[in-house]
Amino acid sequence: MQIYLPIAEVVVNAFTLIGLGGLVGLMSGLFGVGGGFLITPLLFFIGIPPPIAVATGANQVVASSFSGVLAHVKRKTVDFRMGWVLLAGGLVGSSIGVLLFNMLQRLGQVDLVVQLCYVIFLGLIGGMMFQESLRALRRTRVSGPIKPMRRHQHGWVHKWPLKIKFRASGLYISSIPVLLVGAAVGVLAAIMGVGGGFIMVPAMIYLLGMPTKVVIGTSLFQITFLSAYTTLMHAVSSNTVDVMLAVLLIVGGVVGAQIGTQLGTRLRAEQLRILLALLVLAVCAKLALDLFLRPDELYSVTTGLLQ
Amino acid sequence: MTRPLVPLLLTALLAIALPARAQDAAPESPEKEPPEKIVAGISRENIDITTSFDGSEIIIYGAVKRQAPIPADDPLDVVVAVAGPSEAVTVRHKERKLGVWVNTGRVDIGAAPNFYVIASTRPLHLILTPQQDQVHRISVPLVMRSFAGPLEVEDAVPYTEALVRLRQNSGYYRQDNGAVRLVENTLFRADVRLPSNLIEGAYSARIFLLRGGEVLDTFRAPIEVRKVGLERWLYRLALEYPFVYGIMSLAIAIAAGWGASAAFRQFRRN
Repeated sequence: MQIYLPIAEVVVNAFTLIGLGGLVGLMSGLFGVGGGFLITPLLFFIGIPPPIAVATGANQVVASSFSGVLAHVKRKTVDFRMGWVLLAGGLVGSSIGVLLFNMLQRLGQVDLVVQLCYVIFLGLIGGMMFQESLRALRRTRVSGPIKPMRRHQHGWVHKWPLKIKFRASGLYISSIPVLLVGAAVGVLAAIMGVGGGFIMVPAMIYLLGMPTKVVIGTSLFQITFLSAYTTLMHAVSSNTVDVMLAVLLIVGGVVGAQIGTQLGTRLRAEQLRILLALLVLAVCAKLALDLFLRPDELYSVTTGLLQ
Repeated sequence: MTRPLVPLLLTALLAIALPARAQDAAPESPEKEPPEKIVAGISRENIDITTSFDGSEIIIYGAVKRQAPIPADDPLDVVVAVAGPSEAVTVRHKERKLGVWVNTGRVDIGAAPNFYVIASTRPLHLILTPQQDQVHRISVPLVMRSFAGPLEVEDAVPYTEALVRLRQNSGYYRQDNGAVRLVENTLFRADVRLPSNLIEGAYSARIFLLRGGEVLDTFRAPIEVRKVGLERWLYRLALEYPFVYGIMSLAIAIAAGWGASAAFRQFRRN
């Protein structure tokens, strides 16, 4: 079924979009990532203009992550206090990120910076997670039952002031690193046009030392609000949110997210992490190839962009 | 004070008058009725974009009106050009820098139509002289106007060629040789297919009557392409009340997320 999108001004197949939404929703429920890092490139690929893909992707992420967060609230795997503090940092970061994005757009290098960001961060995070989860998997195989993770390591993070008790995470740490993580993810999220879950999840595990159990729910909680804010910013500043496109993606996405959350309860955390790591590395490899291989077409055209 | 201005004004007037003079020589001047004139019509003057819009076909038809018998020398030809609204375009070129492909050069083109189809009885280069093409701006390279701002690259030609090539590949620019049918040197008809990815705006159809490489007469008709119904409502809302539109988009997303969650809970309980 072909459908004309009012803002994007292109014709697309409605079922393709529902399918795309479903796939990304599944990721969202399974891994606690908003799926923006997948939906945005996929929308480019089917011919949606990049600014609209970025803004509408954010809107879709709101729906899928909200659906996911509700499921996690039921299972009491959301650390709300941690979520709010991360969000406070995230909103500041996202605002800075949008300013940076506009500056890069004026310089004509926004594509390159976005792609480089993707390659670097996806590569680093994917590699780290893959290595870590392989090690964890091997450990459980050798010594049978999983040893409880030592979480009360008193590193630099614990020496800073403004300590807050995050009961759901079982942490008593300074709020400064939490705010900084939120802000850093916010900046990157705005530049890369994603919710930032794929950066947030490893940052929570490896930097803040949160238990994997609450990481996904808390990340989804933070992403819901952050991408709602991004959507609104895009709608107001550049009119690039296509609600028709968003609805089609959402229809697929919400269903996918629920299935993903169900699936997630049946898989072990190490297996989940190794799957996410492989996915992140695959996207990274694809983007790196695009940067280093000679493109088929050396010229590109953008309309209405005269500075 | 005014005296030194006079010669300046005169040259300015001359500059304005000159192109007008050139047009006087063209056959569409009112005093000199061209020997052959176009009488034409268009099947649709409004194209409505609905949600299920899947392209459209317009038929441009007409006849040649003459006061004298058909000249026997050169054959008569008809060119129909349908153009979409023009917009500013930036063309960028990638080069390899430190192993990575980076945008280096850029050319800004002031105005290029987002859609342009030329239908003609015979290939354009056989029936139109370059001079006449310059005057009437018919062929694809000429329909694009002026570079915007100073040129940053030495040679802009590969950039404009790339723009045409990219738009031809995606079906936005087309040249249909032989798509205009001319019957008995008098009646003509062109079927022009408009793609589904149309952009809203003021389109126009131009018809050119040619003989021996010269344009004898031209005819111009507007085509209005606009969104209707839900498409129009959403588009207007997004542009005029972006905040309301944004909140609406978020409300839909939240409602859908909650709805799916509730539905699945229900489903699991049973």
